[in-house]
Amino acid sequence: MFVRIEPRPEPSRVMKYCSPLIAAVLMLISGLIIFTLLGKDPVQAFHAFFIEPIHDLYGIGELFIKAAPLMLIGTGLAIGFRANIWNIGAEGQMALGAIFGGYIAIIFHGSSSHFILPLMILCGAIGGILWAAIPALLKTVFNANEILVSLMLNYVALLLLEFLVHGPLRDPNGYGFPQSVLFSDSAMLPILIEGTRLHLGVLISIIGVGIGWVFLEKGFTGYQLQVAGLAQKAATYAGFKYKKLIWIGMLSGGITAGIAGALEIAGPIGQLLPSVSPGYGYAAIIVAFVGRLHPGGIFLSSLLMALLYLGGESGQMNLDLPSAVTGIFQGLLLFYLLAADFLIHYRLRLNSRQRENG
Amino acid sequence: MNNTPRLELQGMTKIYPSVIANDSIDLRIYPGEIHAVLGENGAGKSTLMKAIYGVVKPDRGRILWNGKPVVIQNPAHARKLGIGMVFQHFSLFETLTVTENIALAMDDSPRLEPLAERIRTVSADYGLPLDPERLVHSLSVGLRQRVEILRCLLQEPKLLIMDEPTSVLTPQAVRIMFDTLRRLAAEGCSILYISHKLDEIMELCHKATIIRGGKVTGYAKPAEETAASLARMMIGKELPICSGKRPVISGRKCLQVNDLSTKSADPFGTDLQAINFSVSEGEILGIAGISGNGQQELLYCLSGERLVDDKNLITIYDVPVGHLNPDQRRNLGLGFVPEERLGRGAVPGMSLTYNGILTAHRHGMVKNGLLRFRKAAEFAQQCITGFSVQCGSKDDPITSLSGGNMQKYITGREILQQPKLLIVSQPTWGVDVGAANVIRQAMIDLRNNGSAVLVVSEELDELFEICDRLIVLAQGRSSPSLQVQDTNKEEIGLWMSGMFPGGPKEKTPRTTTQEQDGYVC
Amino acid sequence: MDFAIFIKILIAAVAAGTPFVYAALGELVTEKSGVLNLGVEGMMLVGAITGFIAMAKTGSLLLAVGCGMTAGMLMAAIFGVLTLTLMANQVASGLALTIFGIGLSAFLGLKYTSIALPGIPELPIPLLSDIPVLGKLFFSYDILVYGSLALLAIVSWFLYKTRAGLILRGVGEAPKSAHALGYNVVRIRYIAVLFGGAMAGLGGVYLSVAYTPVWVEGMVAGRGWVSLALVVFATWRPLRVLFGAYLFGAITIAQFHIQGLGIDIPSQLLSMLPYLATILVLVVISRDLTAIRLNSPASLGITYHPENQ
Repeated sequence: MFVRIEPRPEPSRVMKYCSPLIAAVLMLISGLIIFTLLGKDPVQAFHAFFIEPIHDLYGIGELFIKAAPLMLIGTGLAIGFRANIWNIGAEGQMALGAIFGGYIAIIFHGSSSHFILPLMILCGAIGGILWAAIPALLKTVFNANEILVSLMLNYVALLLLEFLVHGPLRDPNGYGFPQSVLFSDSAMLPILIEGTRLHLGVLISIIGVGIGWVFLEKGFTGYQLQVAGLAQKAATYAGFKYKKLIWIGMLSGGITAGIAGALEIAGPIGQLLPSVSPGYGYAAIIVAFVGRLHPGGIFLSSLLMALLYLGGESGQMNLDLPSAVTGIFQGLLLFYLLAADFLIHYRLRLNSRQRENG
Repeated sequence: MNNTPRLELQGMTKIYPSVIANDSIDLRIYPGEIHAVLGENGAGKSTLMKAIYGVVKPDRGRILWNGKPVVIQNPAHARKLGIGMVFQHFSLFETLTVTENIALAMDDSPRLEPLAERIRTVSADYGLPLDPERLVHSLSVGLRQRVEILRCLLQEPKLLIMDEPTSVLTPQAVRIMFDTLRRLAAEGCSILYISHKLDEIMELCHKATIIRGGKVTGYAKPAEETAASLARMMIGKELPICSGKRPVISGRKCLQVNDLSTKSADPFGTDLQAINFSVSEGEILGIAGISGNGQQELLYCLSGERLVDDKNLITIYDVPVGHLNPDQRRNLGLGFVPEERLGRGAVPGMSLTYNGILTAHRHGMVKNGLLRFRKAAEFAQQCITGFSVQCGSKDDPITSLSGGNMQKYITGREILQQPKLLIVSQPTWGVDVGAANVIRQAMIDLRNNGSAVLVVSEELDELFEICDRLIVLAQGRSSPSLQVQDTNKEEIGLWMSGMFPGGPKEKTPRTTTQEQDGYVC
Repeated sequence: MDFAIFIKILIAAVAAGTPFVYAALGELVTEKSGVLNLGVEGMMLVGAITGFIAMAKTGSLLLAVGCGMTAGMLMAAIFGVLTLTLMANQVASGLALTIFGIGLSAFLGLKYTSIALPGIPELPIPLLSDIPVLGKLFFSYDILVYGSLALLAIVSWFLYKTRAGLILRGVGEAPKSAHALGYNVVRIRYIAVLFGGAMAGLGGVYLSVAYTPVWVEGMVAGRGWVSLALVVFATWRPLRVLFGAYLFGAITIAQFHIQGLGIDIPSQLLSMLPYLATILVLVVISRDLTAIRLNSPASLGITYHPENQ
């Protein structure tokens, strides 16, 4: 018996929605295999990794706390990705958002004004925008590759954050530890549900995803971005301004990452640390792809990705699973998705020899 | 002639998921014979030739080579048998030299220096001189075809396949190529000549196999047929002609191009030098010329996809537009159908409706930055009905349309916006006869309603059929304009090689340059 | 500046630049075939840790190099299956490869984080290395440095003097034409991708076994991305890759020397230098569109579908 590959006359709509599911299932199966190879009971490990973290309300709150930055940044990145504008610098833009937002919290330390939080978020957005503006500028003016520039800026931003918490923004009473003061309550996001740590930032992120949905699916600019991504020449032919689209694509990632950075330090972290993100900026790239660059899909895939983070922590605590497994799962998920997408354009036919002769 | 056919095809069949490209095709060609494969665009000629050359694997059928059955595995195998092919869309490598290009098609890994020497001798011998050191991107389309032909000749082929070879040549250059082909045939080489141009086939070919919709519809001796009888076999009915051309209307000048010069954005492109012409309301101006002589650059400047330094070089109704982008020019009444359909005129991966929005969004399809899907759907439906586009529905992907239907949809989208000026590039490239007729008729109707129409085409027949006036573009320069009734294909053909008043070849007709024979460089 | 210090910096720059030479030359060959593999960082990391483990377990440099190259190739094979067989987007696949590589290398390296290796010995070339100054500058490196120079020679010769190299360039320039002439575009690209993976792996091995012989999670620290930028910087010409690699080697070590000179700049700011330099270099080179078009493979990054007619 043979498996024959043949192109579909038209791309399959069913497969477009199924392939993320196939990818997720394949990743879970791989997980079981990896757990077994590590000498763990696969069922027990599976439970610790994927069930245990979300078995109660608190856990579900944690899931959304982790998913919030992923869905917000993922939506922002998807706006650019749709136009083939590859902003890989969300990690750095998030750090800048944290720096800008954190700076506000530090200089107004002790104040109880209601304006501090909004100001932090605003400044976080500005920080992210400024950092994303660099690759956008260099791309539109000098044609410099935005992937490499935005990526290099990640390293620069993380070093900058490290420098600041070691130096200018360090808590003077912190015994020399590289961290800022703990923020006052007025600079902290309020908790939404008793008994969880679910904070206002999660709601803000979900609203952000909603705005992204309207923008991408109903808006004319979203249409223009889509055209530019599918056929750049067609966008020029129609008179859509590609440079403007580059700016929109880059800055949408910057603004969401910047806000996410500010929300992180005003939410779960509560101060500036040398690192404010466990790779959310990179994971959001996967979230965007697995979510089909569609805000609805991104919402779902951010929950899956957040579960991987939680599972990594829980597996480490309960079963001594190395947390690096999370990174492997993330990579595998994207691999499987890209592989499964093949089925959108091609189908497999089972062919027996007899049929070929007959 | 020998009794064993050099090549015989029996029941060749190739099925693609959406279409049967070849349906049990039989064909026979003898040594020294020039054999036409005649059929309109999309009839399945190219697929058949690719099967012979080993690029495409047939699903059924047999190939007999000199009477013995063979299964042609790949092009290298075909070349080993003695089959050479000149592709319609050349298979060349732009950043490599002529020698390197030819070396890549040789199977015995030749050393480059002696090969260059052979290229020089053989090309001179066949009257197709070529410099082996040149980089291919610096060659004209005609010379590129020479590289393709030489690549075959150096292998001393027994069978040469030529796929639509004349579209890149002036009428004069066509004659030179015919001489070369006749000489090859006299030397015993068989030639499969693929074309949809009836006059060429009647002039050149000994026999013809006619294909329609993937099936053989007849065999003929072209010399004994008429254009009408061949056409009947090719499309199953008489060749349709456009109708309803009214006498010249003397309207206002619409588009004016004044001394337009630009450097091409593509380092391998053609620079424009002092282009001058105008188009008035109620007329169709045709721009003749072989592709690659600045057409693309000119159209980019006219559409606004490329901006011009001095805005006054291009005006629409005396309004300078050189600095306006395509969107702004459309607001002034411009419509434009580019020669690249998928990827420029239409967006692959989007439905017909979404493709309508691409340029028609200005007609009430956007409100407060949001799309109005109902308006867009209505418009798409109008295009489909108005231009009899055959499709499942307006929500189908644009890629599900055939070449002809896609061109009808794009042309319809531009025309239904009632442009004051419509620019169409290569309106019927790769389009079937029926759709071509719809498109030409639509352009004539638009002219009759008082719009200005500019058509850029390689097909002289088409230009003579629909245009009022013609200019020629050669090596980035424009010729003076001629009324269609005051000129003929011979004169336009000469002009296409640059020999027009003020043209690049005006002062040196037929001198020592290597493109003396009418090829345009 | 003291001449001896200057020579010392140059020698250190060569060592620091060698991982770039390997990775960037490998990527150059991959890109010449028309494939853009953004996963260099991930392939280097996995190469680095497998080489490190092999070295720690056996002490054999040969085995370390072999393991690192094989690991890099396996990573590249994943990329190849995705982009060449399954025709996935090259940018997304490359990013996935890097993310996966970061996770995998961290995972594999868990038990090796605090082990230090002895490094590999310098191999002064007899006689030549005794020449004053020049001998030290040119002829007293370890074997992997010499290997990288040999690689440069081989890649240059292969690309511009052999028929196989001509075919590879042809495939990168016009895959459709190459297919029409009967070349197996996908197979040729697979070979180029695997070669790129092996070289990235080797670059990683040099880092973890010779340059700084300890395993630190994420120790490649962006060098894979810099290598990608170097290919652009070199406008796809091998000799320029060498020049760029040593330039970046010099920038990488400059931070230590600046601090050594007693200039008081926080280390984090100095560590930004290579990344900022990369951006600068990209800006300078990318402005010249013509040079890029003339030298970059025309089909770079574009998925090729042999099935499509």
